[in-house]
Amino acid sequence: MMERTEAELISAVLKGDAASFEPLVQKYSPRVFATVRRHARRESEVEDIAQEVWLKAFDKLKSFRSEAPFEHWLMRMTVRTCYDFLRGHKRNRESSFTDLSEPESDWLERFVAAPESASDNADAAKLLIARVLEKLSPPARLVITLLEIEDRSVKEIAELTGWSVPLVKVRAFRARAEMRKILAKMTKDKYL
Amino acid sequence: MNLAELQKKLVAAARAEVVNDRVPYAFEKRVTALIASRVAPQHLDLWVCGLWRAAISCVAVALLCGAWTLFTPAASAGSDDLSQNFESTLLAAVDQSDQAQ
Repeated sequence: MMERTEAELISAVLKGDAASFEPLVQKYSPRVFATVRRHARRESEVEDIAQEVWLKAFDKLKSFRSEAPFEHWLMRMTVRTCYDFLRGHKRNRESSFTDLSEPESDWLERFVAAPESASDNADAAKLLIARVLEKLSPPARLVITLLEIEDRSVKEIAELTGWSVPLVKVRAFRARAEMRKILAKMTKDKYL
Repeated sequence: MNLAELQKKLVAAARAEVVNDRVPYAFEKRVTALIASRVAPQHLDLWVCGLWRAAISCVAVALLCGAWTLFTPAASAGSDDLSQNFESTLLAAVDQSDQAQ
């Protein structure tokens, strides 16, 4: 059987053939999962968020305008769902950094002794940034992830999140300040 | 401690991390099954929608019939009028009892 195009599948779903949604889920799930993993705090949350993304995509498929690629529309929905999830599942961000693991403490000590000797690619550094991100507020976490880690432009972030460009700039400024404050607390907990 | 440098190092560490795009086994099947289970209760909505459409069609037909009755020229009131004959036949028993009294 000839493979149906994306537009044909979407059109079939809109006509009531829910089974035509399956090839779309299959095709784009790796991209959705990768994006969700960037934003989620725990691996255990990832599948729930990804599922939520697809259910929303199905419900809102009528709003999809075929002028833009389906993937862009889906990625916007993924980022917004992740943000909603972060806001809806706030955790205690007041915990201290005294419980750092040994590799994390070692990395931090190496950095204090000689910043250039602490490798960017070390697993301990990745664990530390994960801890820092976990302590950020949901908007700050989203902005830092998109702007600093994924290296997206302010305009792209505005499109993905639905925020205005000035709002993204304000939130980016606040997010960096929040992150510096958390890092200051982390080093203070560790060394005082 | 240089916090700006620490921030830069940690962000670089996050960038260096390759994000895993692994999808759980049969994830698409689960999503489709979930959608199918959500679609089922919508049959009631479809039924209600169908009833509304039927009601609107009935009102439209009633209005058309009304308009047709109003705007068609009235037939002569002669004895050939089917409606008059029908009414006379239907009410014949009542008329007879009235006359008898």
